[in-house]
Amino acid sequence: MVNQFNYLKETASQTAGPYVHIGLAPHQAGFDIFENNFGNVLVGPGTKGERIRIEGRVIDGSGTPLRDVLLEIWQANAAGRYNHPADKQDKPLDDDFRGWGRACSNFETGVYSFETVKPGAVMGRNGRLMAPHVNLWIVARGINIGLNTRIYFSDEVDANAKDPVLNLIEWEVRRKTLIAQREERGGEVVYRFDVHIQGDNETVFFDI
Amino acid sequence: MTRSSDVYGEFYQRDRSVHPPAYAPDYKTSVLRSPSNSLISLQNSLSEITGPVFRQDELGPLDNDLILNYAKDGLPIGERIVVHGFVRDENGRPVKNALVEVWQANAGGRYRHKKDQYIAPIDPNFGGCGRVLTDDNGYYFFRTIKPGPYPWRNRVNDWRPAHIHYSISGNGFAQRLITQMYFEGDPLIATCPIVKSINNEEAVRGLIAPLDRNAAIQLDSLAYRFDIVLRGSRATLFENHLQGGK
Repeated sequence: MVNQFNYLKETASQTAGPYVHIGLAPHQAGFDIFENNFGNVLVGPGTKGERIRIEGRVIDGSGTPLRDVLLEIWQANAAGRYNHPADKQDKPLDDDFRGWGRACSNFETGVYSFETVKPGAVMGRNGRLMAPHVNLWIVARGINIGLNTRIYFSDEVDANAKDPVLNLIEWEVRRKTLIAQREERGGEVVYRFDVHIQGDNETVFFDI
Repeated sequence: MTRSSDVYGEFYQRDRSVHPPAYAPDYKTSVLRSPSNSLISLQNSLSEITGPVFRQDELGPLDNDLILNYAKDGLPIGERIVVHGFVRDENGRPVKNALVEVWQANAGGRYRHKKDQYIAPIDPNFGGCGRVLTDDNGYYFFRTIKPGPYPWRNRVNDWRPAHIHYSISGNGFAQRLITQMYFEGDPLIATCPIVKSINNEEAVRGLIAPLDRNAAIQLDSLAYRFDIVLRGSRATLFENHLQGGK
Protein backbone atom coordinates (compact mmCIF):
# COMPACT_ATOMS: atom_id res chain seq x y z
CA MET A 1 0.00 0.00 0.00
CA VAL A 2 1.18 3.45 -0.79
CA ASN A 3 1.95 5.68 2.15
CA GLN A 4 -0.90 8.10 2.83
CA PHE A 5 0.08 11.61 3.71
CA ASN A 6 -2.21 13.87 5.61
CA TYR A 7 -1.19 17.26 4.36
CA LEU A 8 -3.99 19.79 4.33
CA LYS A 9 -4.85 21.74 1.20
CA GLU A 10 -4.39 25.48 1.12
CA THR A 11 -7.67 27.42 1.39
CA ALA A 12 -8.84 28.60 -2.03
CA SER A 13 -8.33 32.22 -2.97
CA GLN A 14 -11.22 34.47 -3.96
CA THR A 15 -11.11 37.96 -5.39
CA ALA A 16 -10.73 40.87 -2.98
CA GLY A 17 -13.70 42.48 -4.76
CA PRO A 18 -14.46 46.17 -5.25
CA TYR A 19 -14.91 46.93 -1.54
CA VAL A 20 -11.58 45.67 -0.25
CA HIS A 21 -11.01 49.13 1.24
CA ILE A 22 -13.66 48.56 3.91
CA GLY A 23 -11.60 45.88 5.53
CA LEU A 24 -8.06 46.88 4.71
CA ALA A 25 -8.19 50.66 4.36
CA PRO A 26 -11.51 51.92 5.78
CA HIS A 27 -10.55 55.60 5.42
CA GLN A 28 -10.56 55.14 1.69
CA ALA A 29 -14.00 53.46 1.83
CA GLY A 30 -15.17 56.68 3.47
CA PHE A 31 -15.31 56.10 7.23
CA ASP A 32 -13.27 55.99 10.44
CA ILE A 33 -13.45 52.90 12.60
CA PHE A 34 -10.04 51.73 13.87
CA GLU A 35 -7.78 53.75 16.11
CA ASN A 36 -4.68 52.46 14.33
CA ASN A 37 -4.71 52.13 10.55
CA PHE A 38 -2.22 50.34 8.33
CA GLY A 39 -1.05 52.54 5.52
CA ASN A 40 1.44 53.45 2.84
CA VAL A 41 4.03 55.22 5.01
CA LEU A 42 6.70 52.73 6.07
CA VAL A 43 9.10 55.25 7.57
CA GLY A 44 9.17 56.89 10.97
CA PRO A 45 11.29 59.81 12.18
CA GLY A 46 14.20 57.53 13.07
CA THR A 47 14.23 55.25 10.05
CA LYS A 48 17.70 54.91 8.56
CA GLY A 49 18.36 55.07 4.86
CA GLU A 50 17.57 57.03 1.74
CA ARG A 51 13.97 58.24 1.78
CA ILE A 52 12.16 57.33 -1.41
CA ARG A 53 8.68 57.37 -2.80
CA ILE A 54 7.48 54.55 -5.03
CA GLU A 55 4.54 55.48 -7.18
CA GLY A 56 2.71 54.25 -10.23
CA ARG A 57 -0.43 52.74 -11.59
CA VAL A 58 -1.73 49.23 -12.21
CA ILE A 59 -3.02 48.95 -15.76
CA ASP A 60 -5.42 46.38 -17.24
CA GLY A 61 -5.40 44.73 -20.66
CA SER A 62 -7.23 47.66 -22.28
CA GLY A 63 -4.66 50.18 -21.06
CA THR A 64 -6.98 51.53 -18.36
CA PRO A 65 -5.60 52.08 -14.84
CA LEU A 66 -7.27 50.13 -12.06
CA ARG A 67 -8.83 52.54 -9.63
CA ASP A 68 -9.87 49.93 -7.08
CA VAL A 69 -6.60 48.06 -6.58
CA LEU A 70 -4.87 47.34 -3.28
CA LEU A 71 -1.12 46.79 -3.07
CA GLU A 72 1.16 45.66 -0.29
CA ILE A 73 4.93 45.83 -0.18
CA TRP A 74 7.43 43.94 1.95
CA GLN A 75 11.08 44.85 1.96
CA ALA A 76 14.39 44.73 3.79
CA ASN A 77 15.69 47.77 5.63
CA ALA A 78 18.46 50.03 4.33
CA ALA A 79 21.08 47.59 5.63
CA GLY A 80 19.50 44.72 3.69
CA ARG A 81 17.85 42.82 6.53
CA TYR A 82 14.22 41.77 6.88
CA ASN A 83 12.53 42.52 10.20
CA HIS A 84 11.57 38.88 10.72
CA PRO A 85 12.97 36.08 12.92
CA ALA A 86 13.86 33.90 9.91
CA ASP A 87 16.39 36.46 8.67
CA LYS A 88 19.67 35.54 10.41
CA GLN A 89 21.95 37.73 8.29
CA ASP A 90 24.59 39.54 10.32
CA LYS A 91 23.23 43.03 9.64
CA PRO A 92 21.49 45.53 11.92
CA LEU A 93 17.74 45.70 12.36
CA ASP A 94 16.14 49.14 12.35
CA ASP A 95 13.77 49.68 15.31
CA ASP A 96 11.87 52.25 13.31
CA PHE A 97 11.23 50.14 10.23
CA ARG A 98 8.96 47.12 9.88
CA GLY A 99 9.28 47.04 6.10
CA TRP A 100 5.63 46.50 5.30
CA GLY A 101 3.02 48.85 3.89
CA ARG A 102 -0.34 48.87 2.19
CA ALA A 103 -1.67 51.33 -0.39
CA CYS A 104 -4.76 51.81 -2.52
CA SER A 105 -4.89 53.44 -5.89
CA ASN A 106 -6.64 56.79 -6.04
CA PHE A 107 -10.30 56.42 -7.08
CA GLU A 108 -9.91 59.08 -9.79
CA THR A 109 -6.36 58.78 -11.09
CA GLY A 110 -5.45 55.18 -10.28
CA VAL A 111 -2.11 56.33 -8.81
CA TYR A 112 -0.73 54.51 -5.76
CA SER A 113 2.30 55.44 -3.71
CA PHE A 114 4.49 54.30 -0.82
CA GLU A 115 6.81 56.37 1.37
CA THR A 116 9.73 54.18 2.30
CA VAL A 117 13.51 53.82 2.22
CA LYS A 118 15.57 52.17 -0.42
CA PRO A 119 16.31 48.63 0.77
CA GLY A 120 19.81 47.18 0.94
CA ALA A 121 20.81 44.02 -0.91
CA VAL A 122 19.74 40.72 0.69
CA MET A 123 21.59 37.41 0.36
CA GLY A 124 19.80 35.07 -1.98
CA ARG A 125 19.94 31.32 -2.41
CA ASN A 126 23.29 29.57 -2.70
CA GLY A 127 25.20 32.64 -1.60
CA ARG A 128 24.19 34.79 -4.55
CA LEU A 129 23.42 38.34 -3.52
CA MET A 130 20.09 39.71 -4.72
CA ALA A 131 19.93 43.27 -6.02
CA PRO A 132 17.96 45.67 -3.81
CA HIS A 133 14.27 45.04 -4.37
CA VAL A 134 10.82 45.43 -2.90
CA ASN A 135 8.30 42.57 -2.93
CA LEU A 136 4.88 43.57 -4.23
CA TRP A 137 1.48 41.85 -3.89
CA ILE A 138 -1.55 43.08 -5.79
CA VAL A 139 -5.24 42.29 -5.30
CA ALA A 140 -8.44 43.79 -6.74
CA ARG A 141 -11.83 43.03 -8.15
CA GLY A 142 -11.27 40.71 -11.10
CA ILE A 143 -7.97 39.37 -9.72
CA ASN A 144 -8.78 35.84 -8.58
CA ILE A 145 -5.54 35.21 -6.74
CA GLY A 146 -3.07 37.85 -5.59
CA LEU A 147 -0.32 38.73 -8.06
CA ASN A 148 3.28 38.68 -6.79
CA THR A 149 6.09 40.61 -8.37
CA ARG A 150 9.24 42.51 -7.43
CA ILE A 151 10.31 46.13 -7.81
CA TYR A 152 13.98 46.69 -8.68
CA PHE A 153 15.73 50.06 -9.03
CA SER A 154 16.96 51.69 -12.23
CA ASP A 155 20.13 53.08 -10.61
CA GLU A 156 21.32 49.58 -9.59
CA VAL A 157 22.49 48.59 -13.05
CA ASP A 158 25.38 46.35 -11.97
CA ALA A 159 23.50 44.64 -9.14
CA ASN A 160 20.48 44.09 -11.37
CA ALA A 161 22.65 42.51 -14.04
CA LYS A 162 23.82 39.89 -11.51
CA ASP A 163 20.51 39.39 -9.73
CA PRO A 164 19.61 35.69 -9.62
CA VAL A 165 15.87 36.34 -9.94
CA LEU A 166 16.01 38.79 -12.84
CA ASN A 167 18.33 36.35 -14.57
CA LEU A 168 15.74 33.59 -14.26
CA ILE A 169 13.55 35.52 -16.67
CA GLU A 170 14.42 33.99 -20.00
CA TRP A 171 13.27 36.92 -22.08
CA GLU A 172 15.63 39.79 -21.44
CA VAL A 173 13.05 42.20 -22.82
CA ARG A 174 10.65 41.30 -20.01
CA ARG A 175 13.15 41.97 -17.21
CA LYS A 176 12.74 45.69 -17.64
CA THR A 177 9.11 45.43 -16.53
CA LEU A 178 10.47 45.00 -12.99
CA ILE A 179 12.72 48.06 -12.97
CA ALA A 180 11.36 51.20 -11.30
CA GLN A 181 12.62 54.39 -12.91
CA ARG A 182 14.36 56.89 -10.65
CA GLU A 183 13.38 60.56 -10.88
CA GLU A 184 14.12 63.52 -8.67
CA ARG A 185 11.30 65.97 -8.06
CA GLY A 186 12.04 69.02 -5.94
CA GLY A 187 14.53 67.19 -3.76
CA GLU A 188 12.34 64.10 -3.45
CA VAL A 189 13.49 60.78 -4.87
CA VAL A 190 10.66 59.08 -6.71
CA TYR A 191 10.73 55.67 -8.33
CA ARG A 192 8.04 55.23 -10.92
CA PHE A 193 6.66 51.70 -11.20
CA ASP A 194 3.67 50.93 -13.40
CA VAL A 195 2.31 47.39 -13.41
CA HIS A 196 0.77 46.05 -16.62
CA ILE A 197 -1.44 43.12 -15.73
CA GLN A 198 -1.91 42.13 -19.36
CA GLY A 199 -1.06 43.27 -22.85
CA ASP A 200 2.04 44.90 -24.29
CA ASN A 201 4.76 45.15 -21.68
CA GLU A 202 2.94 42.74 -19.39
CA THR A 203 4.75 42.78 -16.05
CA VAL A 204 6.51 39.62 -14.97
CA PHE A 205 4.61 37.95 -12.15
CA PHE A 206 6.06 35.22 -9.98
CA ASP A 207 4.76 31.97 -8.62
CA ILE A 208 6.49 32.16 -5.28
CA MET B 1 7.14 15.53 12.53
CA THR B 2 8.99 17.27 15.30
CA ARG B 3 9.83 20.57 13.72
CA SER B 4 8.66 23.51 15.76
CA SER B 5 6.52 26.06 14.02
CA ASP B 6 9.11 28.66 14.91
CA VAL B 7 11.64 27.19 12.48
CA TYR B 8 11.29 28.71 9.07
CA GLY B 9 11.91 27.11 5.71
CA GLU B 10 10.81 27.41 2.15
CA PHE B 11 7.13 26.99 1.46
CA TYR B 12 5.78 23.99 -0.41
CA GLN B 13 5.12 24.70 -4.04
CA ARG B 14 1.68 26.23 -4.31
CA ASP B 15 -0.96 23.80 -5.55
CA ARG B 16 -2.79 26.03 -8.01
CA SER B 17 -5.49 23.40 -8.65
CA VAL B 18 -7.26 24.49 -5.47
CA HIS B 19 -7.35 28.12 -6.60
CA PRO B 20 -9.34 29.86 -9.31
CA PRO B 21 -7.39 30.55 -12.50
CA ALA B 22 -6.58 34.20 -13.18
CA TYR B 23 -8.72 34.09 -16.32
CA ALA B 24 -12.28 32.98 -15.51
CA PRO B 25 -14.47 34.49 -18.26
CA ASP B 26 -17.81 33.89 -16.50
CA TYR B 27 -16.51 36.35 -13.91
CA LYS B 28 -16.26 39.06 -16.51
CA THR B 29 -13.96 41.49 -14.75
CA SER B 30 -11.22 38.86 -14.67
CA VAL B 31 -10.86 38.92 -18.45
CA LEU B 32 -8.82 42.14 -18.67
CA ARG B 33 -7.28 41.69 -15.23
CA SER B 34 -5.54 38.36 -15.79
CA PRO B 35 -1.94 37.97 -16.99
CA SER B 36 -1.53 36.20 -20.34
CA ASN B 37 1.99 34.99 -19.68
CA SER B 38 2.94 32.15 -17.38
CA LEU B 39 4.02 33.04 -13.89
CA ILE B 40 7.78 32.69 -13.43
CA SER B 41 8.39 30.08 -10.74
CA LEU B 42 10.80 31.17 -8.02
CA GLN B 43 12.50 29.06 -5.41
CA ASN B 44 11.96 30.83 -2.12
CA SER B 45 14.57 33.19 -0.75
CA LEU B 46 14.41 35.31 2.39
CA SER B 47 12.17 37.68 0.44
CA GLU B 48 9.40 35.08 0.30
CA ILE B 49 9.74 33.21 3.61
CA THR B 50 9.73 36.37 5.71
CA GLY B 51 6.82 38.73 6.14
CA PRO B 52 5.45 41.42 8.42
CA VAL B 53 5.00 40.64 12.11
CA PHE B 54 1.98 42.28 13.76
CA ARG B 55 1.52 43.07 17.44
CA GLN B 56 -1.57 42.85 19.62
CA ASP B 57 -1.11 46.46 20.70
CA GLU B 58 -1.70 47.58 17.10
CA LEU B 59 -5.30 46.41 17.37
CA GLY B 60 -8.06 47.94 19.48
CA PRO B 61 -10.17 46.04 22.02
CA LEU B 62 -13.30 46.14 19.81
CA ASP B 63 -11.58 45.42 16.53
CA ASN B 64 -12.97 41.86 16.48
CA ASP B 65 -16.48 42.89 17.52
CA LEU B 66 -18.37 44.11 14.46
CA ILE B 67 -21.55 44.36 16.52
CA LEU B 68 -20.05 47.05 18.73
CA ASN B 69 -17.13 48.56 16.83
CA TYR B 70 -19.28 51.03 14.89
CA ALA B 71 -22.40 51.16 17.11
CA LYS B 72 -23.44 54.80 17.43
CA ASP B 73 -26.84 54.99 19.09
CA GLY B 74 -27.96 51.38 19.11
CA LEU B 75 -27.08 47.94 17.83
CA PRO B 76 -26.87 46.95 14.17
CA ILE B 77 -29.88 45.23 12.57
CA GLY B 78 -29.69 41.56 11.68
CA GLU B 79 -28.80 38.08 12.87
CA ARG B 80 -26.11 38.10 15.54
CA ILE B 81 -23.42 35.53 14.83
CA VAL B 82 -20.01 34.43 16.05
CA VAL B 83 -17.49 33.25 13.47
CA HIS B 84 -14.53 31.27 14.72
CA GLY B 85 -11.92 28.77 13.61
CA PHE B 86 -8.26 27.88 13.36
CA VAL B 87 -5.59 29.08 10.98
CA ARG B 88 -3.26 26.17 10.23
CA ASP B 89 -0.61 25.44 7.65
CA GLU B 90 -0.57 22.51 5.23
CA ASN B 91 1.26 20.44 7.85
CA GLY B 92 -1.68 20.95 10.19
CA ARG B 93 0.32 23.17 12.53
CA PRO B 94 -1.27 26.27 14.03
CA VAL B 95 -0.25 29.56 12.46
CA LYS B 96 0.24 31.79 15.47
CA ASN B 97 -0.10 35.53 15.38
CA ALA B 98 -1.66 35.54 11.91
CA LEU B 99 -3.47 38.78 11.10
CA VAL B 100 -7.05 37.98 10.06
CA GLU B 101 -8.94 40.95 8.62
CA VAL B 102 -12.60 40.69 7.61
CA TRP B 103 -15.12 42.88 5.84
CA GLN B 104 -18.69 42.40 4.72
CA ALA B 105 -22.03 43.90 3.73
CA ASN B 106 -24.69 44.58 6.36
CA ALA B 107 -27.81 42.46 6.91
CA GLY B 108 -29.48 44.06 3.87
CA GLY B 109 -26.56 43.35 1.55
CA ARG B 110 -25.22 46.93 1.49
CA TYR B 111 -21.59 47.88 2.01
CA ARG B 112 -20.44 50.97 3.83
CA HIS B 113 -18.38 52.12 0.87
CA LYS B 114 -18.58 55.29 -1.18
CA LYS B 115 -18.78 53.26 -4.39
CA ASP B 116 -21.69 50.99 -3.35
CA GLN B 117 -24.97 52.27 -4.80
CA TYR B 118 -27.25 49.34 -3.92
CA ILE B 119 -30.77 50.38 -2.86
CA ALA B 120 -30.63 48.58 0.51
CA PRO B 121 -29.87 51.11 3.25
CA ILE B 122 -26.65 51.68 5.17
CA ASP B 123 -27.01 50.60 8.79
CA PRO B 124 -25.98 53.58 10.93
CA ASN B 125 -24.65 51.22 13.60
CA PHE B 126 -22.66 48.88 11.40
CA GLY B 127 -19.22 49.52 9.90
CA GLY B 128 -18.65 46.09 8.44
CA CYS B 129 -14.99 45.41 9.17
CA GLY B 130 -12.90 43.85 11.87
CA ARG B 131 -9.57 42.20 12.57
CA VAL B 132 -7.97 39.80 14.99
CA LEU B 133 -4.63 38.06 15.59
CA THR B 134 -4.65 34.28 16.04
CA ASP B 135 -3.54 32.95 19.43
CA ASP B 136 -0.85 30.32 20.11
CA ASN B 137 -3.22 27.60 18.87
CA GLY B 138 -3.95 29.46 15.64
CA TYR B 139 -7.45 30.20 16.93
CA TYR B 140 -9.43 33.34 16.10
CA PHE B 141 -12.98 34.53 16.60
CA PHE B 142 -15.06 37.57 15.93
CA ARG B 143 -18.67 38.60 16.38
CA THR B 144 -20.80 40.18 13.69
CA ILE B 145 -24.15 40.40 11.92
CA LYS B 146 -24.87 37.86 9.21
CA PRO B 147 -24.44 39.67 5.87
CA GLY B 148 -27.20 39.68 3.27
CA PRO B 149 -26.92 38.62 -0.38
CA TYR B 150 -26.89 41.33 -3.03
CA PRO B 151 -27.06 41.75 -6.81
CA TRP B 152 -23.98 42.72 -8.79
CA ARG B 153 -23.19 43.71 -12.32
CA ASN B 154 -21.90 40.68 -14.14
CA ARG B 155 -24.79 39.07 -15.94
CA VAL B 156 -28.02 41.02 -15.36
CA ASN B 157 -29.37 38.69 -12.68
CA ASP B 158 -26.27 37.64 -10.79
CA TRP B 159 -26.43 37.65 -7.01
CA ARG B 160 -23.64 37.15 -4.56
CA PRO B 161 -24.34 34.59 -1.86
CA ALA B 162 -23.96 35.99 1.65
CA HIS B 163 -20.23 36.12 2.37
CA ILE B 164 -17.52 37.55 4.56
CA HIS B 165 -14.27 38.63 2.94
CA TYR B 166 -11.08 37.44 4.63
CA SER B 167 -7.52 38.67 4.34
CA ILE B 168 -4.90 36.55 6.10
CA SER B 169 -1.26 37.40 6.69
CA GLY B 170 0.77 34.51 8.11
CA ASN B 171 4.50 34.12 8.79
CA GLY B 172 5.77 34.67 5.28
CA PHE B 173 4.85 37.02 2.45
CA ALA B 174 4.32 33.96 0.21
CA GLN B 175 1.44 32.84 2.46
CA ARG B 176 -0.55 36.01 1.89
CA LEU B 177 -4.13 35.07 1.04
CA ILE B 178 -7.44 36.76 0.34
CA THR B 179 -10.62 34.74 0.22
CA GLN B 180 -14.34 34.74 1.00
CA MET B 181 -16.33 32.66 3.49
CA TYR B 182 -19.82 31.48 2.59
CA PHE B 183 -22.62 30.14 4.79
CA GLU B 184 -23.84 26.55 4.87
CA GLY B 185 -27.19 26.13 3.14
CA ASP B 186 -27.12 29.27 1.00
CA PRO B 187 -28.73 28.36 -2.37
CA LEU B 188 -26.92 31.23 -4.14
CA ILE B 189 -23.51 29.56 -3.69
CA ALA B 190 -24.17 27.07 -6.49
CA THR B 191 -24.78 29.72 -9.15
CA CYS B 192 -22.23 32.38 -8.20
CA PRO B 193 -19.69 33.01 -10.98
CA ILE B 194 -17.05 34.03 -8.43
CA VAL B 195 -17.46 30.80 -6.47
CA LYS B 196 -17.53 28.85 -9.72
CA SER B 197 -14.22 30.36 -10.80
CA ILE B 198 -12.77 27.58 -8.58
CA ASN B 199 -12.79 24.34 -10.59
CA ASN B 200 -12.45 22.10 -7.57
CA GLU B 201 -15.45 20.98 -5.54
CA GLU B 202 -13.46 20.16 -2.45
CA ALA B 203 -11.82 23.58 -2.50
CA VAL B 204 -15.25 25.24 -2.76
CA ARG B 205 -16.53 23.17 0.17
CA GLY B 206 -13.62 24.52 2.19
CA LEU B 207 -15.02 28.03 1.78
CA ILE B 208 -18.45 27.14 3.16
CA ALA B 209 -18.69 27.58 6.92
CA PRO B 210 -20.97 25.10 8.67
CA LEU B 211 -23.35 26.19 11.38
CA ASP B 212 -21.69 25.27 14.69
CA ARG B 213 -24.49 24.71 17.17
CA ASN B 214 -22.16 23.96 20.05
CA ALA B 215 -20.43 27.28 19.69
CA ALA B 216 -23.68 29.25 19.67
CA ILE B 217 -24.08 31.63 22.58
CA GLN B 218 -27.34 30.53 24.18
CA LEU B 219 -30.21 33.01 23.81
CA ASP B 220 -27.81 35.39 22.04
CA SER B 221 -25.94 34.39 18.84
CA LEU B 222 -25.58 31.51 16.41
CA ALA B 223 -22.06 30.49 15.41
CA TYR B 224 -20.28 29.44 12.22
CA ARG B 225 -16.95 27.68 12.00
CA PHE B 226 -14.40 28.64 9.36
CA ASP B 227 -10.96 27.03 9.38
CA ILE B 228 -8.25 28.39 7.13
CA VAL B 229 -5.19 26.63 5.73
CA LEU B 230 -2.13 28.61 4.69
CA ARG B 231 0.86 27.19 2.85
CA GLY B 232 3.13 24.90 4.83
CA SER B 233 6.91 24.98 4.85
CA ARG B 234 9.45 22.20 4.88
CA ALA B 235 11.74 21.22 7.68
CA THR B 236 15.19 22.74 7.36
CA LEU B 237 17.26 19.75 8.51
CA PHE B 238 19.41 19.09 5.46
CA GLU B 239 19.29 22.37 3.69
CA ASN B 240 19.47 25.84 4.10
CA HIS B 241 20.90 27.44 1.12
CA LEU B 242 18.43 30.23 1.59
CA GLN B 243 20.96 32.51 3.20
CA GLY B 244 24.13 31.41 1.53
CA GLY B 245 26.53 28.58 2.30
CA LYS B 246 26.75 25.30 0.47
